[in-house]
Amino acid sequence: MRITEQQPGVSKRYIDPDSVTKRMDGRKVINTVFRSLFFMATLVALLVLGILFYRILSQGLGFLSAEFFQNFASRIPEKAGIKAALVGSLWLMAVVAPVSMFLGIGTAIYLEEYAKKNRINDLIRMNISNLAGVPSVVFGLLGLTIFVRALALGNSILAAGFTMSLLILPVIIVAAQEAIRAVPQDVREASYGMGATKWQTIVRVVLPSAIPGILTGSILALSRAVGETAPLIVIGVPVIIHFLPTGVTDTFTALPMQIYDWAKRPQADFQQVASAGIIVLMAFLLFMNSIAVLIRNKFQKRY
Amino acid sequence: MVQLMNRTETEAVVSPPEAPVREAAKPVVYDTKQLNLWYGSHHALKNIDLPIRENEVTAIIGPSGCGKSTYIKTLNRMVELVDGVRTSGEILYRGRNIFDAKYSVEELRTRVGMVFQKPNPFPKSIYDNIAYGPRIHGIKNKKILDEIVEQSLRGAAIWDEVKDRLNTNAYSLSGGQQQRICIARALAIEPDVILMDEPTSALDPISTLKVEELVQELKENYSIIIVTHNMQQAARISDKTAFFLNGEVIEFDHTDKIFQNPADQRTEDYISGRFG
Amino acid sequence: MVNPTTRERASVQELIAKAGNNKRKKAIEKIIPVILFLIAGVSVLTTIGIVATLIFETVTFFRQVPILSFIFGTEWLPFSNKEAKFGILPLIAGTLKITLIAVIVAVPIGLAAAIYLSEYASDTARRIIKPVLEVLAGVPTIVYGFFALTFVTPVLQTIIPDLKIFNALSPGIVVGFMIIPMIASLSEDAMSAVPNAMREGALAMGATKFEVAIKVVLPAALSGILASVVLATSRAIGETMIVSLAGGSTPRFDANFTDSVQTMTAYIVQVSTGDAGYGTPIYYSIYAVGFTLFLFTLLMNFLASRITKRFREAY
Repeated sequence: MRITEQQPGVSKRYIDPDSVTKRMDGRKVINTVFRSLFFMATLVALLVLGILFYRILSQGLGFLSAEFFQNFASRIPEKAGIKAALVGSLWLMAVVAPVSMFLGIGTAIYLEEYAKKNRINDLIRMNISNLAGVPSVVFGLLGLTIFVRALALGNSILAAGFTMSLLILPVIIVAAQEAIRAVPQDVREASYGMGATKWQTIVRVVLPSAIPGILTGSILALSRAVGETAPLIVIGVPVIIHFLPTGVTDTFTALPMQIYDWAKRPQADFQQVASAGIIVLMAFLLFMNSIAVLIRNKFQKRY
Repeated sequence: MVQLMNRTETEAVVSPPEAPVREAAKPVVYDTKQLNLWYGSHHALKNIDLPIRENEVTAIIGPSGCGKSTYIKTLNRMVELVDGVRTSGEILYRGRNIFDAKYSVEELRTRVGMVFQKPNPFPKSIYDNIAYGPRIHGIKNKKILDEIVEQSLRGAAIWDEVKDRLNTNAYSLSGGQQQRICIARALAIEPDVILMDEPTSALDPISTLKVEELVQELKENYSIIIVTHNMQQAARISDKTAFFLNGEVIEFDHTDKIFQNPADQRTEDYISGRFG
Repeated sequence: MVNPTTRERASVQELIAKAGNNKRKKAIEKIIPVILFLIAGVSVLTTIGIVATLIFETVTFFRQVPILSFIFGTEWLPFSNKEAKFGILPLIAGTLKITLIAVIVAVPIGLAAAIYLSEYASDTARRIIKPVLEVLAGVPTIVYGFFALTFVTPVLQTIIPDLKIFNALSPGIVVGFMIIPMIASLSEDAMSAVPNAMREGALAMGATKFEVAIKVVLPAALSGILASVVLATSRAIGETMIVSLAGGSTPRFDANFTDSVQTMTAYIVQVSTGDAGYGTPIYYSIYAVGFTLFLFTLLMNFLASRITKRFREAY
């Protein structure tokens, strides 16, 4: 890097090699300093995650017992359990997964395979990206008005499920669109070349190739729905429930709701119960995410 | 190239002559009449007239961008997958205009198979690749499918290489094998015509040779139209050759005539390697 | 047509003709696009539903509370026994306080992380750090809220003794941490999209990596970076659970960061967890607040898309 040798035959030089060399050391120091600064900033983000996990594990592990999973909510911290919330979250998933994936994949197929470039389809595309930016609490207001009141579903699993489905719909659409777009054009052409219709091509060639990507994206979106609290609060999902739902029209509670309730209570013991609840919630999410990663790794790079 | 283009303007009025009759002419499979094609405002094919006969290998040669790929994709209307394509004129396949509103593209493509530039097997098992065509057209009988798969793979001269691993993913094969799987896949619906769009451009020389030999065998039973930018290949395997330049057919004749004694100066320039 | 071999069964083309389900196929080809279009319409209906709901209920609210006193009022006392006051400004102030702190925390850290990942990090480092950032982005906000309330606030109280249990500072910082992954990954995408040729051009003239990052990559990726910051700001504005748990419920129109505050989102949660009767001004007020919030985030998202469109890089 250093310019030391004088070039022969050059009468006037605009660059003084000595000063360049001198300045070079300073520039290198700046480079090193900032490099460490950037690295430390990155570490801060990781550190926060570390502290967060440590805090929650150290506070909550003690409360994680078999009884914690078998008990319903209680005013006494030692007797408080997560059974209703855990089962409720599973019920919620049972509604959100099929509804959001049906709508999301359908929309993605439409946009990628059928939609021509025109105003209506541009509007749909623009609308999806805007919808992704709407705060979840506003989706709660939508759910409250349309599903809870107008359609009279009350604070049931169905009302919450529909609301959550709409909330994560943009994420699933975008993930499915990307997966469908990643299917090479030439296998589509191969199918058309055999005399296959468009729908045959989509069902037999495009979707089978895109399904791993779609599943990965959908599971990540679903895990967002598992952790969302605000829409459930607005819909009016209760916390103290002493029975398990038997159908989608039953009322229920969910993990984040239960955690929210415990976190708000002033007794110190309830903070530990909340931590235990968070551990369950995070384990739930971790499980879903590992499935997503597994699918992604198993089916990666096939072309 | 630019100069050539200018010359083309004046001489193109003379539509290319049909190949002179040397033997009893075979029936025409594909008859292209005054075909024009535009991508948006780009005039890609200009007044194409081309009668293609049964059980022959017809090679289409020309420099990149001359419209040869566009033309072969027009024959099974795959070109319409691109937005903004317009055509005029007609292409008669066995006497029926393929642009006719009543002629469904699916029906046409069931009769006319296609092999593409890059091997494009489906990410499925070898068996499912071959059985794809019959299945989408409603053949479900497992025994018949087995028969078709074996026969097609034999037809594409790859049966011996893959018969023990029909259930493995087609992507585990080499490029040359994949291309022959694609040919077998096209054979599985027993098409009348096979269109090949530079089928060896992505292959190594040995695989290329195998595909060329295969083409020679297939010609006994199929009419084959092959686009190639490899002039030696055209000379080796085809019966007739059409030379395309700037969207026009400059010359169409018996292959040996084209390569030994071309009628048009531009054909000679091209095959002697002066451009392209 | 000539069949390749003689055999007992009919030719494939004959079998195909016999199977001939063309009518059904044609019907499917016609119906499917219509069905898919209707499905795609659901997302549009959702937006229409949101806007219609908010406008409709907000209009009802303004029948009970004058619109001007809502927009310009500096007092938000909905539960007052004497005279309820619905001036939105304190809630907006609360929201902006949280957002401001979050942005101050997140932008430098997020950008530094993005520069590190895009310009300095080895492949191995990137392979470790990026998933961790993804995890950070996937932590539910209720967990962050709990973290703010039970850890960050007590820690801050040891530094700032005046700090109340509920305050703007702690949730603001944690919201900042929440949006770091968003800024980092979107900005990194923008920086990675800068062609290597531009970096090589500068490096070949003797520039250090830092100079390349600041003078070449950053300016080239500016629109993407700006858009990421705007989107992250929008997320901070709409963040609900962290501020509900750690921010408190005291609407105040001032620049105080150490006392309890209330944001727009936290107010909606407060009313929802309480038992405001259907049809009361309080019930409708959550829609008016929700509508205001919606407008804020809409504006932000619009801004982000304008930035990306306007300054689309020309490489």
